[in-house]
Amino acid sequence: MVSTQKKADKTYKVIGTRPVRPDGLDKVTGRAKYGADIQLPGMLFGRVLRSPHAHAIIKKIDTSKALALPGVKSVITHKDLPTAADIALDLGETTSNMKWLCDKVLAAEKALFHGHAIAAVAAVDPHIAEDALALIDVEYEILEPVLSVHTAMDKKTPNIHPNMKTVDMIARFQAGEPSKVQINNVASILDLELGDLDAGFKEADIIIEREFETGTYHQGYIESHNGTAQWNENDEVTVWLSTQGHFNARDVLSKLLQVPMSKVKVIPMEIGGGFGGKIPMYMEPLAAIMSKQTGKPVKMHMQRDEVLLATGPTSATYIKVKVGAKNDGTIVAADAYLAYESGAYPGSPVGAGAASMFLPYNIANLRAHCLDVIVNKPHTAAYRAPGTPAAAFAIESIIDELAEKLEIDPITIRMHNAAEEGTRTSDGRLAPASLAVKELLEEAQATEHWNAELSDPSIGRGIAIGAWGNAGLESNAYASINSDGTINLNTGSVDIGGQRASLAMQLAETLGVDYDSIKPQVSDTDSIGYTAVTGGSRTTFASGIAVVEVGNKLKEQIIDRVATFWEIDASQVHYGDDGTLNGPEDKSIKFSGIGKILSRTGGTIQASATVKPNTQVATFGCHIVDVKVDEETGKVDILRSTALQDVGKAIHPAYVEGQIQGGILQGIGMALYEEYYYDDKGILKNASLLDYRMPTSYDVPFTETTLIEKPNPGHPFGVKGVGEVPIVPPLAAVANAIYNAVGVRPNILPVNPRRLSVLLKEKNKK
Amino acid sequence: MSKKIVISTDLNGDITEFIADERDSLLDALRERIGLTGVKEGCNNGNCGACAVLLDGILVNSCCVMAAEVDGGSVTTVEGIALENELHPVQQAFLNEAALQCGICTPGFLVAAKALLDTNPEPTEEEIRFWLAGNLCRCTGYDKIITAVQEASKSMQKK
Ligand code: FES
Ligand code: FES
Repeated sequence: MVSTQKKADKTYKVIGTRPVRPDGLDKVTGRAKYGADIQLPGMLFGRVLRSPHAHAIIKKIDTSKALALPGVKSVITHKDLPTAADIALDLGETTSNMKWLCDKVLAAEKALFHGHAIAAVAAVDPHIAEDALALIDVEYEILEPVLSVHTAMDKKTPNIHPNMKTVDMIARFQAGEPSKVQINNVASILDLELGDLDAGFKEADIIIEREFETGTYHQGYIESHNGTAQWNENDEVTVWLSTQGHFNARDVLSKLLQVPMSKVKVIPMEIGGGFGGKIPMYMEPLAAIMSKQTGKPVKMHMQRDEVLLATGPTSATYIKVKVGAKNDGTIVAADAYLAYESGAYPGSPVGAGAASMFLPYNIANLRAHCLDVIVNKPHTAAYRAPGTPAAAFAIESIIDELAEKLEIDPITIRMHNAAEEGTRTSDGRLAPASLAVKELLEEAQATEHWNAELSDPSIGRGIAIGAWGNAGLESNAYASINSDGTINLNTGSVDIGGQRASLAMQLAETLGVDYDSIKPQVSDTDSIGYTAVTGGSRTTFASGIAVVEVGNKLKEQIIDRVATFWEIDASQVHYGDDGTLNGPEDKSIKFSGIGKILSRTGGTIQASATVKPNTQVATFGCHIVDVKVDEETGKVDILRSTALQDVGKAIHPAYVEGQIQGGILQGIGMALYEEYYYDDKGILKNASLLDYRMPTSYDVPFTETTLIEKPNPGHPFGVKGVGEVPIVPPLAAVANAIYNAVGVRPNILPVNPRRLSVLLKEKNKK
Repeated sequence: MSKKIVISTDLNGDITEFIADERDSLLDALRERIGLTGVKEGCNNGNCGACAVLLDGILVNSCCVMAAEVDGGSVTTVEGIALENELHPVQQAFLNEAALQCGICTPGFLVAAKALLDTNPEPTEEEIRFWLAGNLCRCTGYDKIITAVQEASKSMQKK
């Protein structure tokens, strides 16, 4: 095995350059095929009827009039799910995922949120499908909606799922025993503990305790969910869709449709953004069932209001944090209470938020008490560093206040408490050597931005840092060398933001060949081994390791073939960094000539690799931001923005910068603009992209970026996950900047003009 | 039941006849009836700019135009902005500057940016940001998109 471990100071030929991505040309010319671009002969169009109520018993559904409409080919309800009979037997005492999953795609007994799918229609034309929805009669008995974590947990509030029991989680993602503490509508409790909390607080000279809230935010990908399914007479199902993980989609579809995995073929189309939100299944199973009923392909494409109403946004949160510190700034204890809305079914990212919020710091005594709370809102889904922006907002606001009260510079206090190699984290692990919190803060302190004068008293500057754990998970890759020396690379990782480029670059570097000689593609579930979702900032890391392993296997085979051809021993063949092979007596061949040798020594070669690395590490980001506050209106303008991030090794620096800039702007959206507005009946009032206010190009200046490269020894080139952490710091950075400008601390986000005006009025009264 | 209508328009330089439902928006017709799926749907109600096209030379959101309205007019989509055998400078600049991540917003941005540069060949950063505020991008934070339009403007000046 050729060693791929590289020294940190190693220079590369391809890694670190900025080539044009292989899929770019098709994307700037409109040729690239996204999920909704699929056209099949005889295709039907599907639509979903959604609940107008947030909480209601479904007493009766009459589909007869819809079915009678000319052009309508299929109308289905929960009863048509292949699993309906099994699910009915399951009394739903525990958090049985299958039951939740089925209920989410088509409601069974109750509608649990505004927009919950009730029935689906397939027709020969989208307009007819839409007309048919209006002809479905549903009789509801309206129930009182449960709309906040506080109401949900109130003893007087009935359980939304009557049989659900509160479960104690043993660790993140691992459900444990039914809890001794049964709290209404709490699906699970998780406690993270370290050290001795009481002893810690006793040592403190100052203790600050604050409450925080954040709103419901949507991932806001510009491409709506879509899926097209064809079910044939052999019970083989083919699905074209927009997903972050086609193997995940296949496995879920296989369970839901009761078809073996080998008979479900999922073809991932180009995907128009995901950010975690394109992992769950919504209409794809419905399209498949209606295709089975009609024998025709069925295409479904959500309207934008459906995306906002019924796909997973992030949890709205209530967080209370208490921090104790000594006069020198040393944080001696921290206690957090986090209640996250999970929506209609269990599974908020509260544990991830709690585990990540303290990661940048070395705090000996810690506790995080986490509650996963059911409410009558859509089931939450992952959104970039799930659960963490809200939790970091809380801790980073308090640290800013500590710094102010103790008269310590905000970077200095963070430096003083920064985690380093060997720091025990809240989930009990030891921080690895490549941790770069101190380097990050040093770089931040040295930026021109941090040291620039503020030109005006209404302008404030804020800083915050944040962490995210990142994932490893399973990846498969396969490559073959053609007879002309070019290479086809196949992976199972959906490409959302340039992964084809970053993976081809890693193979090119491994083999010493030109980036352009590699043609990377994303393969469907029939054509490559199992690969986990593109999420958790894992793809360039884990699929990268798979690709490097493929490269090394190819190299071994090439050496053997060349040795055979030259009639020498393999140990006499030297594979050079530039892909040139040399042997004794001036024997030499360039990589481009290898094709000919291959065909004379047994044909072309290929290699594949499956990896499941556990060497991914947490990464850290920092945001420095200047804001101008209009005290009259409460409007906040972002004047300057600088992001710094520990990136391990940037394979394609332009795409790393892009991840940072995109994440920062989503974080700014959370801080200032975006929020779901529910009325007291649980009806979502702003289900459009005009009213759900995402930042535009006119709202912000450029975000300057600094990439700090402290390589991860657990990846051949030093890669760490980079995609998620940039969304974490901006919430607190903006809030801290507002405090710096006008002397009020926003504790509820988004801090829109309405909320900030209230805070400013209270301040002026004092 | 709704009626079908026959529409004739100059589409990317060629006279094109197609049949549409009277309820079809221009976006529906381009994508589902003609198969020009480069035009993207992000919201279907005028808020995201993914469906931007030029109608008689003017930038519009095709989801907010009825298909019937383009009868006798001219429509330019992302498929029609490249020059003969060569990308439009704004397309090339998007590639060079890594101005796309998922790429779903890209066709709309390209058409909008072309429309801007056609009328204002040397826009300021402020003018670019203002003009493109009708196009949402969720991936890039807009930084590299703005840079790409600035680059395209420069390269067009050189020509
Ligand atoms: S799809 Fe037309 S503006 Fe969004
Ligand atoms: S590149 Fe994804 S929305 Fe703009």
